[in-house]
Amino acid sequence: MSLSPEKAKAYWRENLGIISVYLVIWFVASYGFGILLVDQLDAIQFFGFPLGFWFAQQGSIFIFVILIWAYVYSMNKLDEKYDVHE
Amino acid sequence: MSLDLLTYLFIGGSFALYIGIAIWARAGSTQEFYVAGGGVHPIANGMATAADWMSAASFISLAGIISFVGRDGSAYLMGWTGGYVLLAMLLAPYLRKFGKFTVPDFVGDRYYSSTARMIAVICTIVISFTYVAGQMRGVGIVFSRYLHVDVNTGVLIGMAIVFFYAVLGGMKGITYTQVAQYCVLILAFTVPAFFLSAQITGHFLPQTGLGATLGSGQSVLATLDQLSVELGFNAYTDGSKSTVDMVFFTIALMAGTAGLPHVIVRFFTVPRVKDARTSAGWALIFIAILYTSIPGVAGFGRVNLINTVNGPDNTGTSYAEMPGWFKNWENSGLIGWYDHNGDGKVQYAAGNAFEGGKPNFIDGTGEQGQRMVSNPTLAPAPVKAAPFANEVYVDRDIMVLANPEIANLPAWVIALVAAGAVAAALSTAAGLLLVISTAISHDMMKKTINPNITDKQELMYARLAAIVAICIAGYFGINPPGFVAQVVALAFGLACASVFPVIVMGIFSKRMNTQGAVTGMLVGLVSTMAYIIYFKFMGGSADQYLFGISPEGFGTVGMILNFVSAFAVASMTPAPSEEIQKIIEDIRIPRGAGGAHAH
Repeated sequence: MSLSPEKAKAYWRENLGIISVYLVIWFVASYGFGILLVDQLDAIQFFGFPLGFWFAQQGSIFIFVILIWAYVYSMNKLDEKYDVHE
Repeated sequence: MSLDLLTYLFIGGSFALYIGIAIWARAGSTQEFYVAGGGVHPIANGMATAADWMSAASFISLAGIISFVGRDGSAYLMGWTGGYVLLAMLLAPYLRKFGKFTVPDFVGDRYYSSTARMIAVICTIVISFTYVAGQMRGVGIVFSRYLHVDVNTGVLIGMAIVFFYAVLGGMKGITYTQVAQYCVLILAFTVPAFFLSAQITGHFLPQTGLGATLGSGQSVLATLDQLSVELGFNAYTDGSKSTVDMVFFTIALMAGTAGLPHVIVRFFTVPRVKDARTSAGWALIFIAILYTSIPGVAGFGRVNLINTVNGPDNTGTSYAEMPGWFKNWENSGLIGWYDHNGDGKVQYAAGNAFEGGKPNFIDGTGEQGQRMVSNPTLAPAPVKAAPFANEVYVDRDIMVLANPEIANLPAWVIALVAAGAVAAALSTAAGLLLVISTAISHDMMKKTINPNITDKQELMYARLAAIVAICIAGYFGINPPGFVAQVVALAFGLACASVFPVIVMGIFSKRMNTQGAVTGMLVGLVSTMAYIIYFKFMGGSADQYLFGISPEGFGTVGMILNFVSAFAVASMTPAPSEEIQKIIEDIRIPRGAGGAHAH
């Protein structure tokens, strides 16, 4: 490991920041829209679906896929910034 | 060509393919046996993970569950996919950097304790066996229906196939077989889904088809809601589970998914840390193709079922005119009919047609040719708004398998579905057996009992353990403990309450030590098991639920208890050594992962 302790710390802090942001979105899309607010959102029609029902059965899954790829992209950039990529 | 011939052709052809791959990818070393040599491409690994993960439950049962419960089934859809987000961000890259073979390996080394390692071994084995028993049974059922053999013979055929490629090929064989199995299972699921969607709505994609409008001018979902309410069910797009229970259940499924040993181990097989992340992304794409089709399949299946059984005017169809699939599944014992009002018509509505829920078939046939039962419901009073008493029992598990027949799709589609169902069950069974054999040969024999055994001996133990595990799995498949369905909750609960927290704390907390980890695992394990056993096997009733949380969702409480007790104990005991803290810092930095270490 060629990274200085300060840099390693900074890398880890940024990593945690990225994870936190994505996990908040993950939580809102699934637990927020799909469970907690589902009845309120169901009042809105979305391409033939009640919106809350759509989030619970399909929308959240699409968002999960996007989240993982956004995470892959952010982490690859972070790895290069700190020169710890392989 | 007849349906039987096509089915033999599809199932036989796919088997030949899997076995061919197993011979081509034979494992020669423990490295290849455990982690496929560590050189699997992320896309291939994503497919293998998807096949590994999508079991008979995803392929056969999930659409059926959602078809019957509507919105409440969302917990499974979100839970079984959302866990991959946790896996990608909290576990996979770090475990890959750590570079060991198994989950107990990580736990044992990170917490520098063989007690912690053995608890992890026990969790791994319990979780995997719970799971594999259901898979073998699934294989048996599919074979018995389509190859016209006894369920037990079906299980034996399944055992022979798994034996061949899991024992010979190890992880390497399994990985490439699973890639092939993914292709078979995803085609088998999506092709009929496209047909169904196009037939009912004119949209090819079931994802958008579910929101489309029917010939009547009403949307599919609105039609379903209306039909459901008319027949006395809950509206399809409304939930009946409490919000608290939905949240806890979904968390348990998500964290459980991320903590399942056979899923985690797949991320040890890629070359770089970066690939572990990418591979989780691919896995979720491949899984999402199936999971986003499921709501459509479930919805169309239900519309079709109600329309076929109750007829266009929603008053029932005479038994004599029921299509062939109805009688086929009646012969398999998964559909039952009792003519409560004696009008010779089959009528479907809310409520039990039979005392205790399921039909209890006896010898002989009634005047219409239906199978006789000994337990019709005593007082078949209409439920709620239902116009007539329910006369039909439909097993949820037939939805996916029967859908193509209900919709009159071509015979080759039906044969394809059979091959897909077998692929789904076999790929998962093989992955689980490998995890069991690794836990025994590597974590128990090599790391705990006798560290002096050679690579070759270890490989022999692994194959031996796989053989024993297959026999035990086969035994459970032939003599299914009545509680297979219930114990799946146990598998997820345990993974959520024990494996997931211990790994997360191992990576994200430098302060977590042996004492904390062991306490946490035990507290999570014992509390979750006690709750599930009390309510599932000792007759606890729903009004005794703690905060209204069902046993399926209790893993979440176990996880919270695990975290809390672990941190409490760790704060009162000495911090891990300098050396361990170095290791944790090292896991967090991607560079220098190298191959998965052999020792």
